[in-house]
Amino acid sequence: MSQFYTSTDHFVLVPAIMLALFGCAVLLFDFFLFPEPRQRKRLVWFLIAGEIFTAAALWRQHSFLVSEGLPELTAFQGTLTVDGFSLFFNWIFVAASLLVAIVSWRYLEIEGEHHGEYYGLILLAQCGMYFLATGTDLITLFLGVELMALCFYVMVGFLRERKRSNEAAMKYLLLGAFSSGLMVYGFSVMYGLAGSTKLRAVAAAIASREPWDPVVFLATATTAVGILFKVSAAPFHMWAPDAYEGAPTTVTAFLAVGSKAASFAFLMRIFLGPLETVREAWEPLLIVVAVLSLTIGNLAAITQSNVKRLLAYSSISHAGYILLGLIAGNATGLKGMAVYILVYAFMTLGAFLVVVALRRENLIGEEVDDMAGLMQRSPGYAVLMLIFLLSLAGIPPTAGFIGKYYIFLALLETGHYVLAALAALYVAVAIYYYFRIVRSMFISEPVEAPPLASTFGLRVALAVTGVLTLVIGVYPEPFLMLAQTSLIR
Amino acid sequence: MSDHLLSIVLFTPLAGMLVLLLLPASNKTLIRIWANVAAAAGFLVSLPLVFRFDKKAEGFQMVERYDWIPALGVKYYLGIDGISLLLVMLTTLVGFLAILSSWSAIDRHLKAYYAMFLLQQTGMIGVFISLDFFLFYVFWEVVLVPMYFIIGVWGGPRKLYAAIKFLLYTLAGSVLMLLGILTLYFQHFEQHGFYTFEISELLKLDMPLALERWVFWAFFIGFAIKVPMFPFHTWLPDAHTEAPTAGSVILAAILLKMGTYGFLRFSLPLLPEASIDPWIVQTMAALSIVAIIYGALVSLMQDDWKRLVAFSSVSHLGFCTLGIFALNPNGIAGSVIQQINHGISTGMLFLIVGVAYERRHTRLIRDYGGLAHVMPNFSFVFAFAMLSSAGLPLLNGFVGEFTILQGAFEANRAWAAFAVTGIILGAAYLLWLYQRTMLGQITNPKNLRLPDLNLREWAVFLPFMAWALWIGIYPRPYFEVLEKPVAQLVERVRPGYFAAETAAVPARASGAAQAGER
Repeated sequence: MSQFYTSTDHFVLVPAIMLALFGCAVLLFDFFLFPEPRQRKRLVWFLIAGEIFTAAALWRQHSFLVSEGLPELTAFQGTLTVDGFSLFFNWIFVAASLLVAIVSWRYLEIEGEHHGEYYGLILLAQCGMYFLATGTDLITLFLGVELMALCFYVMVGFLRERKRSNEAAMKYLLLGAFSSGLMVYGFSVMYGLAGSTKLRAVAAAIASREPWDPVVFLATATTAVGILFKVSAAPFHMWAPDAYEGAPTTVTAFLAVGSKAASFAFLMRIFLGPLETVREAWEPLLIVVAVLSLTIGNLAAITQSNVKRLLAYSSISHAGYILLGLIAGNATGLKGMAVYILVYAFMTLGAFLVVVALRRENLIGEEVDDMAGLMQRSPGYAVLMLIFLLSLAGIPPTAGFIGKYYIFLALLETGHYVLAALAALYVAVAIYYYFRIVRSMFISEPVEAPPLASTFGLRVALAVTGVLTLVIGVYPEPFLMLAQTSLIR
Repeated sequence: MSDHLLSIVLFTPLAGMLVLLLLPASNKTLIRIWANVAAAAGFLVSLPLVFRFDKKAEGFQMVERYDWIPALGVKYYLGIDGISLLLVMLTTLVGFLAILSSWSAIDRHLKAYYAMFLLQQTGMIGVFISLDFFLFYVFWEVVLVPMYFIIGVWGGPRKLYAAIKFLLYTLAGSVLMLLGILTLYFQHFEQHGFYTFEISELLKLDMPLALERWVFWAFFIGFAIKVPMFPFHTWLPDAHTEAPTAGSVILAAILLKMGTYGFLRFSLPLLPEASIDPWIVQTMAALSIVAIIYGALVSLMQDDWKRLVAFSSVSHLGFCTLGIFALNPNGIAGSVIQQINHGISTGMLFLIVGVAYERRHTRLIRDYGGLAHVMPNFSFVFAFAMLSSAGLPLLNGFVGEFTILQGAFEANRAWAAFAVTGIILGAAYLLWLYQRTMLGQITNPKNLRLPDLNLREWAVFLPFMAWALWIGIYPRPYFEVLEKPVAQLVERVRPGYFAAETAAVPARASGAAQAGER
């Protein structure tokens, strides 16, 4: 038996400790230091401090790997693994949390629900995400996904006075619990096969069996369904439109970006780890799921009049695109998944941030029609939204194109010509509903409306996401290098 | 500085747009002046291209080549040959004239209007000078969004429908084209071990015919929608009709040429075996002929002046694609010249509709009649444009159509026979249009007091007319500029063509030069 808590273990755990520590600290400070509601927005500084410490810890991990020339660093007897993959995703989580947190206070004040727990929940959810990206053990991964999901259940229902928010939280909770149940059932079968919860051991046990072995198939199918729920891929997407619409918009943004990215990290860890050897068993399944996600996401989005709901369906279709990278499965495809998730994070956050700005006193501002004539009222926001929408659709020279580029290329390289054509044609469908928003903003006559709820934080967050969406599109080189490091070896 | 001439030409409109965005929106005159200055500057900086162009040189000239995204093998790679030179000059001149023509026609959201035109200008020039497929694709897509806004914001009554239809059609085509591009890119990696989008490198590919055919069809959908070839033309009448005048001019004169240019620059040289595949050639020729005749017949039926001109584009572009797929020097050179001609004549025809529309706010042909009495200068310009479009000798249209027919005749006599009926029908709908709008007595009292062309409108039309006359009377420089690239193209698609030609008929000099002397 090796030593229980080595310095390596500690080194790997520091970011999670920071997140948990600051998460709890925020709760305490909220209670003791800032009893007045007006003071609560100072809590965001604690969150920022927590993220800085987390980022510093991540940077130390990164420099250590680089300086030692190690591909990965495992801790707790293989339970956690720090590698390019985990770091890549953790950077996305840090960015997402920060960007969401700095825009939240004004929005929550307008909603009348500005509570300190909110910032604590963000940090704790991110702690769960850390384990999803870093965990290489079934139990760790499960704990990570549950920690993240529990925080989100609360955050989705954060608007206690609103029926919609409550309904969304309840639906999300029920379906989430159900999917977790399925997933953990799959895990238990895997444990039964391997006699261990370590992914390496499970991989070895599965590799020694036939791909179509019924027990392996059972484990694969139930685990896959559980995870596909989390990434909101069709036909397991039903919770997403309701949860996205009902949740406070800032939470929706975090859910769409942070939770989605973390769930994809989880999915890649499982499918490229233990399940890699039974690819022929799950590939047809995933093809069906990806095609359904593209179809349902894109077609259902056409008829939506609520921007959040529309973006929810669009995020379902993006899940389909990302899954196509996994289906292709070659280096281009996997790199494509990473690139896609990265660009998806910024463009989706940006689009939701614009919706956040549209929420004003006495005006919910979530309908497509609420954006009418935005170009004349707030040209900056309208142009930024245009950039995000073009990127979501995948039009060069925006970031979204680079993501789609990799996915298409990977599909062609692996001979999935029909899938490539289908995925490409759905771009033309997607442009239709994205341009409904564009039409409303730029062509419809302006409606009488109060000015947008703009704060310094919101402007910073929009500037960051907007600039990144353009820069990744025009000069993607450094970001592609970053994604290159994320490949699981 | 001089080494970056193409970059300067490319980015002058964009720089003009960025400055434009800083101007105060309230000062409309300033915005108008600046937009015109920027567009004129865009034209002026492109003039040195003509003087510096070496007609005798093989391959691409004024090349600029830098790394852009090394991780993907993408280069910032510009260069022109004779074909690109002509299209770039068409773009810079027509772009400027289109902006000039909008002076009084547009009054809403001026800043955005001019910004869109200038942005689009950079996109279009980029399409014609990119020698890297990735770069080309980026510019190809950059053009889409400004045109969506130009139609959607400043267009006619059915602008929303027309704008989204334009966007969806072209985007559906271009994503499939993207798949074709990526296939070539990957094939190149398979065969040569490194990823690149450079056209010169992709030319070294040797692909099985079946794969070439697939890629050809992928490109075909992208380019054919843009041209537009029958049966992908249905977006065109809506987009052209609903767009504001200057938008229609740009659409017809330049945007459509992106499709034909795509065939010439990419489909033929990169996929030579698919391009001479008899089945594909027959299909292309058949679609072109259908477009020629169908476009002309539909034009005859129109009661909307602008829609008539729009459908005439379908017919004229049919000639261009027919010339390309004749796959001989006359056909291809004629096609490029006809592309320029179509830009000039149809650009003028749309401007003429615009002039009439600005005065009367109707596009219905029956609302006009006898305008020659009140607007003599206007009717003269219209007659000029109409005859140039119909292919009257001594005007530009004749040179292009004649050379294309020569090429078509050489390839297949039946094609030429069908195409000639298109010319006859073309004369018919144009003359009839002229008769109904300009001649006879004034039947509608509203037409009694229409002001004739003003100075600015003359300034817009005169360059077009001068250019039309130049091509019509002395087309030789054009054929000279095109000789090398066209010969290279034909040699690429049909190796040994010229050797066989000179051996069989030594007396027959290059048909292109012949037509030049006519």
